This record gives sequence, C-alpha cells and structure tokens, in this order.
Amino acid sequence: MPEVFTSAIIDAPIARVWEVIRDFNALPAWHPLIAESRIEGGAPSDQVGCVRAFRLKDGGFIRERLLALSDYDCCCTYSILESPMGVTDYVATLRLMPVTDGDRCYAEWTAEFECEPDRADALVTQIGEGVFQGGFDALKERLGG
Amino acid sequence: MIRVRRSTVIDAPVAAVWEMVRDFNGHDRWHPAVSRSELESGRRTDQVGAVRRFRLSGGEQVRERLLALSDRRHSLRYTIVDSDVPLENYVAEIALRPVTDGNRTFWTWQSRFDAPPGQEAELADLVAEGVYSAGFDAVRSRVERRDRTRPATVSVAARVPVQSGAIEGEGIVMARHGGPGVLVPAAVQAPPPGPGEVRIRQRAIGVNYIDVYCRSGYFNLIQPPGIPGMEAAGEVVDVGARVSHLAPGMRVGYACPPVGAYAAVRTMDAALVVPLLDAIDDVTAAAGLLKGMAAEFLLHRVHAVKPGDTVLVFAPAGGVGNLLCQWARHLGATVIGATSSDDKARAARAAGAHHVIQPGADSLAAQVRALTDGRGADVIYDAVGRDTFGHSVAALANCGHLVSYGQASGDIGDWNISALASNSATVSRPNFAHYTDTPEKVASITTRLFDALVSGVIRIRANHRYPLAQAAEAHEALEGRRTTGSVVLIPDGESGLDSAGAGA
Repeated sequence: MPEVFTSAIIDAPIARVWEVIRDFNALPAWHPLIAESRIEGGAPSDQVGCVRAFRLKDGGFIRERLLALSDYDCCCTYSILESPMGVTDYVATLRLMPVTDGDRCYAEWTAEFECEPDRADALVTQIGEGVFQGGFDALKERLGG
Repeated sequence: MIRVRRSTVIDAPVAAVWEMVRDFNGHDRWHPAVSRSELESGRRTDQVGAVRRFRLSGGEQVRERLLALSDRRHSLRYTIVDSDVPLENYVAEIALRPVTDGNRTFWTWQSRFDAPPGQEAELADLVAEGVYSAGFDAVRSRVERRDRTRPATVSVAARVPVQSGAIEGEGIVMARHGGPGVLVPAAVQAPPPGPGEVRIRQRAIGVNYIDVYCRSGYFNLIQPPGIPGMEAAGEVVDVGARVSHLAPGMRVGYACPPVGAYAAVRTMDAALVVPLLDAIDDVTAAAGLLKGMAAEFLLHRVHAVKPGDTVLVFAPAGGVGNLLCQWARHLGATVIGATSSDDKARAARAAGAHHVIQPGADSLAAQVRALTDGRGADVIYDAVGRDTFGHSVAALANCGHLVSYGQASGDIGDWNISALASNSATVSRPNFAHYTDTPEKVASITTRLFDALVSGVIRIRANHRYPLAQAAEAHEALEGRRTTGSVVLIPDGESGLDSAGAGA
C-alpha cells in the first residue's frame, strides 16, 4: 500500500494554524489547488461524517468524507469517496503538533491508498509534493514561514 | 498529575538525531546534566526492560527503566524506578518525526509525574528546562549541519589553508529506492572540511554489490535522497583542524560507510581515509579496497585459513571471490571454485583455484567430496545466499565453517540450526561495517592488504570502467551478472577512461 508522508514547520502558533485548517469546507481559502468547495446536505463542516465536494482549479471534482476530527490533538482524518486520481481506499490525516521552542507548529500530512502498481511512485510524488507540500507552502506564506 | 512537554526542530536528518538519542545508556555522552551512566545486570542498551543508573551533575542518583523502544517510530519511553529527586510516577517519552520540508527533525520530549506539594513548579521547570531543553541544545550542537552552525570565520587555517566555499562536481543522486534508473547524475557540493575532516577530489570510484542493496533498499544505509557508494580513491584537496595523517596533494582511498562515494568531490571523516602507496594506482585502489579489505578479514579474522585447508569459494570470478582464490592459494590452502559458466571457470583457474566445479548432474556436496576423499570443505565462502546455503552446509567437512557473507540470489531465510549437527558446522554472517568501524581496524586491515598487493600475492583487475554519469548502466551490468572482476566509475575529466573503453 503506497504511503505519503509530508511534514513542515510553520512559523505561527498552533492555535492559529489549526483555526485555518480545522474547517473541512475551507480548502479554497488556503489551498492553492482548490477552486470551490461545499458540504453536502448543508451539514456543519465539523460534523464527523460530513462530505465535502470540491472542484480543483484544473477542473477535477473530488468528494471526501470527514472520518475524525480532534480539537484536542489538532488532527483530522478523511477519505476519498470520488476523484479523478485513480486511487481506492484513500485515507489521509492532517495533524499539527506544537513546537514549544519558538511557539511554532509542526504540520504533518500523511495518506495511504491503493492504485495500479506502476502509478504508485508518480502518485506518491504528486500527492506528497504537489498537494501536501503545496498546501504547507501556502500556509507558510500566509501565516509565517 | 503534572504534565511537561517540550519540542523543538533540529536541523539534521531524523536518522542522525535518532542514532544519538536511541542509545538508552548513551545520554552521559551528550546530556550536560548527566554524569556517568551505566546499565544494570548486563543488559543491552536497546533491550526493553534495561535499567540505567546515573548521577545528575548535582550528585543525585537516578535509576530509569526503558519501557518501550521503536526504531520505526523513532521513539522511546522510560520511567524512573527510584531517584534522589522527588519525582513520583514519572513516565517520559522521546519521539522524533521527520520534517520532509528541509530534511530536518521535529523532536518532542514529554512526561507526566507527581511531585510533593509545593514543589510542583520547581520540579516541572527542572524537568522542562534543565533536562529537556538542555538536552535539545546539546544534541543540536552535535548533529546540526556544520555549514550552517559554524561561524563564517573559523581558525582551521593554522596549518594548511582551506579553500573557502564549497567545491562543486558531478555526482550521482538517488532520489528514492528502486532499480538502476533511480541513479541520476546531479551536481554535488563538497563543503570545506571541518575539524577532523578531509576533502577529496576523487579520481576513481568502486562499484560493489552492497551499493545495489543500498539502492534497492535491502540495506538501510541510505535514506533517499542521497549519494550512494562506499569506496573511492583520489587526491586530498584540503584538511580541517586536528587531521595529522593526511595533507593536501596526498593520494588516498577509503572503503567504508557512510555512503556518499559516487561523486567527483567529497568531504568526509578523515579517520576513515588511508594514504595510498605509490605502487597502488587510483583505479586499482577504487576497484579493490573494499573487496580487498573484505578478503583480508574473511581469510584472516572471520576464519584463519591455514596450509592444508580445503577452501570452497562461490563466485570465484567475482570481485571478492577472485581475491579469495588468489589469497587462499598463497596461504597454502587447496582452493575449489564453484561457478556457473566456462568463462567464469577460466577466470577462477586464472585466479588460482586448484579445482573448479559447476552445478550439474552431481550435487555440489558430491562434487566437493569427490575432490577431497569424501571429507568436504574446511571453510566455505558463500555470498550467493538463498540458492546455495543448504548445498554449502552439506558440502562442509565435519567441524567445518560456512562463512555466509552475502545474498546475491536472495535472503537466506529461516534455518533450523539443528541441521548443523549433521557435521558440527559453524556458520558466520560477518558484516563489513563491524570489521572496519574504527581507524585502528582499518589501519590493521589495509596494512596487510597493501603488503599483499605490492608483493603480488593478489592482483586486482578493474575490468569494467564507466563514466560516473553512467552509474545506472554499471549497476545493470553488475546485477545482470555480466561482469568479471571489478567495476569502477570514473568522474568526467579524469584519465582512467583513456586506457580502456567504457563498459569493457
């Protein structure tokens, strides 16, 4: 099962970073690849089980279900229900941890999934460097790097 | 219950930090608050349940037990068993996480404990600042990348001027584990040597099967992205402070971890680098240092071959196998080579094998016994692994010694050692690193190796030379069993390619 692991240091207090990313419907506000997003059925975006349907700037359409959300651990886990990426059993976790030395924040975005074996390396790179690190770069730019 | 948590970022790869902190009994080497530490009742430092007994700088004695250790998660937990400091129910955890953005380390050190009423704040501060933050700073000063932490002006110029700034050269960078295609040419930098370091302009680089294992991920010696390779020869550009055995212009070589040899320029620990005799040229050194050092300890240290022994060598046309044949014959042994083709059989005979056998209708054991009046081999050097291990055990003489030093055909898997009772066999699985991990061992091995080379006891054949940029092709040839003798890589602009074509 291919695994993606991307992590970064964001030079902002963990509470500020968590405030931005805990909103499951807020991807367009901070992630550069996302154009628009909505929560299906009008559910609150912090209701575990809710589904976000969003469109990428390149036109791709993705639906993801919120599987777990913890304000105590500053982490959320979600799965892909529908996407153009050709992956199945995709589960990802975005987690923050405090760096007490400097009041900064460690951010870790991991995923595992199934796909055609010959596409695994390319997908790991695309997700890890494009989607995850791209998101971290945007957060660093916005909140402090 | 008091909870304390401190975390920081260390500007070094997680493996470097983990190597330092995973040693449960090694904290006295880096933590300023810890004086001498020792393990109780002979346990190992990575044995869960081990108890370390140490004194703090104030003289207080503390005993702590290792509760959990995970190399996968880079974490360990421990508890205070008893202590002169009034911490009760103390359980602490150290956990490291890689920061992929910059190849750094995120380190969390946390605990919970009880303290006597009125002393909570004082003890929490002692733990958080005196132990955890002080520990962060101590490790940081030891492992952070030198070029970022060292002040711009350092007085290493006292003896020999060090060229300011990094030197760039061509190299091979492995972006991930995988097939030969992951070896990609890239520009690499050799920073000025720090204290105890040397910077080398490399003229020839050895290719070894261990490089294949590192590339594929079978051996965990390289965390991509990184530069593979363990062996090279060249010329000293400059040396840092406290290096007394090397000087600019000297010809030198090395064959050892850490990896990073596939480069035209390299800065590394000078203690691992030995001067070369004039009689040993760069290509010969790069082709033979690692294999020659392996042959030296296999024949003299793992097993001391003596006159009259029957020695069976697998892959006698290969790099180490060829040297084993030459050297074992010189030591007075009867040498049998076991190989797969007529060409390789000729190479084995040329290397000194008295007999060469090829797998066929008769089993290996039957052929060896036919050559030894039914006795079998006293010592067998087997780097083939899975396909031959069982045959090797069967071909041993009573009380014989099987030295399994590689696994070209795959991992040997699980064996029931009861099977060794059939001939009271001894099996060794030597690891190159453990025979070459101190300057003293390297000096001792290379002294005997250089004597053997200079006196003609062994000859090293660098039959295959590739430009450094074609490292992937060199790996393909090695894995495709299309090579005899050694394979070397020549950096662009060096003269080693002139005398022989690429991929001869």
